[in-house]
Amino acid sequence: MDFLIAAIITIVGISTPILLAGLGELVVEKSGVLNLGVEGMMLVGAIAGFAATVLTGNPWLGVIGAAVAGALAASLFGFFVLTLNSNQVATGLALTIFGTGLSSLIGLSFVGRIVPQFGSVFPPELARDPLLKVLFGYSPVVYFALIMVFAVGWFLKSTRAGLILRAVGENDLSAHSIGYSVIGVRYAAVAFGGAMAGIGGAYFSMVITPMWAERMTAGRGWIALALVLFAGWRAGRLLVGAIFFGVLMWMELNAKAGGLSFLSFAQYIPSQFWAAMPYLMTVVVLTLISMRDRVGLNAPACLGKPFLPAT
Amino acid sequence: MRIKLEKRQEPSKLMQVVTPIASVLLTMVVGVVVFDLLGIDGQRAVIDIFLTPLLASYKWQDVAVKAAPLIIIALGLSIGNRANVWNIGAEGQYIIGALCASGVGIAAGTAGGPIIIITMILAGMLGGSAWASVPAALRTRFGVNEILSSLMLTYVALQVLSYLVGGPWKDPNGRNFPATAPLQPDQTLPILFSGTTVHLGVAIAVVLPFVFWLLMSRSVFGYQIRVVGSAPNAARHGGFDGNQTVWLAMLIGGGMAGLAGALEFAGSLKAINLGFPSGYGFTAIIVSFLGRLHPIGCLIAGIVLAVTYVGGQVAQTTVHIPNATAGIFQAMMLFFILASDIFVRYRVRFIPSAKAVVQPAPGE
Repeated sequence: MDFLIAAIITIVGISTPILLAGLGELVVEKSGVLNLGVEGMMLVGAIAGFAATVLTGNPWLGVIGAAVAGALAASLFGFFVLTLNSNQVATGLALTIFGTGLSSLIGLSFVGRIVPQFGSVFPPELARDPLLKVLFGYSPVVYFALIMVFAVGWFLKSTRAGLILRAVGENDLSAHSIGYSVIGVRYAAVAFGGAMAGIGGAYFSMVITPMWAERMTAGRGWIALALVLFAGWRAGRLLVGAIFFGVLMWMELNAKAGGLSFLSFAQYIPSQFWAAMPYLMTVVVLTLISMRDRVGLNAPACLGKPFLPAT
Repeated sequence: MRIKLEKRQEPSKLMQVVTPIASVLLTMVVGVVVFDLLGIDGQRAVIDIFLTPLLASYKWQDVAVKAAPLIIIALGLSIGNRANVWNIGAEGQYIIGALCASGVGIAAGTAGGPIIIITMILAGMLGGSAWASVPAALRTRFGVNEILSSLMLTYVALQVLSYLVGGPWKDPNGRNFPATAPLQPDQTLPILFSGTTVHLGVAIAVVLPFVFWLLMSRSVFGYQIRVVGSAPNAARHGGFDGNQTVWLAMLIGGGMAGLAGALEFAGSLKAINLGFPSGYGFTAIIVSFLGRLHPIGCLIAGIVLAVTYVGGQVAQTTVHIPNATAGIFQAMMLFFILASDIFVRYRVRFIPSAKAVVQPAPGE
């Protein structure tokens, strides 16, 4: 039982950053933009959140700082891609390289510092209870991520603004011709994506390991990108996918530590198998989506293409 | 005054040459300002990153060895990018290429000589192409976006490497360190200038751009790639098969990345460990754009990017900035080159606005 509780808590923890970044990227891609800079924005958020917490002593301000920094990094991407119509794939990769370098540089003066931690959202009796901590023992960021799953799902599905955003991603020229600002909507989506990736990154430097290390997000930004595709561009499935990827990452951690002896077959499987699974599964799901055209309708038609109105 | 963009009939040849140079210069200027703002000696950092590797002759061999894989990968990627086929998984193909070459080396045991070396290089190319053939097959067969699938497979390749060097291929005499056994001396690429690290791969990287130039400008294949990229509908009417172009672009891109991996392994590192994946496959995308997707442009841009890598290490010791800082400059160059595309495709006109037009004063 103790083992199970520990496992659930670990899995929720490692799923949270990819869920946050994935939700952001979902909205970005739904608006028709492919931002491959998630990893870079997460790193910028990680150092900004850490720095803001160290300087103010308040982790809440840290999270806000991470969101603002992520949104700023994303807006830089937006400026090149939306205003100057540069190639989205290449610009996104440049953003990742840029964010990695910038965070390493800024982080230089924060190596070895420690940050104040979040208090518990729930009464300590609940958060520390050996059983109930499965529900109540997490960082506030985890609950925020869960709320955002429903918020993003509801926004995309049931609000007018969400409908406009999807229209822009589905057929930018039509949305433009009936008077919506394609570029404006995409800027907002890109900035939101950056803010969410920033918070996801801050979860690493403020909650998982409360310290700063270069490249500490360790490629999770790419897993978040995979997650969006794996989920077939749906918020609900994104949550399921994040937990599924979380289980795979947990299997990897355990296999590395030699702790999978409870599964008799698992001891023969190397940890790298579990690490490769999220990406392999994503390729499989992408193929299935592309084969079954009706499901494929969820992929935004304008994804990755520049907006070039006739006038 | 307002700015008006007029679409050019044809991309400006002049701007295609001017914009990459301007991008590099602008990066240096912005770099000085940004670093000064961050409290670092910006002028010193920029000089060390961009100029020291060129001025200090003992750094030239490092630049040459670093430029070789960047140039070779970028050449292959440029073909795809021209045809609108986006292979961004070159890093994975580079890793698989090196692993295939390493597999040949391990299988050869103590045997060496030119035959073994050539086999290693061919195995690297085949391995890279094979890894790239997965996204090609998925794209042509099921319409799967090759950007996403090739990227995902890069991370699978990383795990394949980690598994092999930590498991079946681990050096039995290596103190349990996850790395392959080093190659025998007669299994490594010949050194071009004795006393340096400049190996045969550098010569290949210098010759290949000219081969690609001929191929692109003189062959039907080159014509097909250019037409498919710039006018897909016309290409279809002209009988050029889109699927065939995807296959060619992916196989060449993967093969070149695999070749670069094999050369880097057999020429420079001689053993593969967890540090082998260096991001060259991603940086080569910057090289191909900075080189304006032109083979000779890739040659020059590869050298520029290699300079920033070597310079980053110089700056690490002189102004104490992390190695990753060179990435800020690499990214800025790419940002500027992509943004400056506008000058290639459009003519920028400055039109005086109505208010700014000075009315001649009466009586004059």
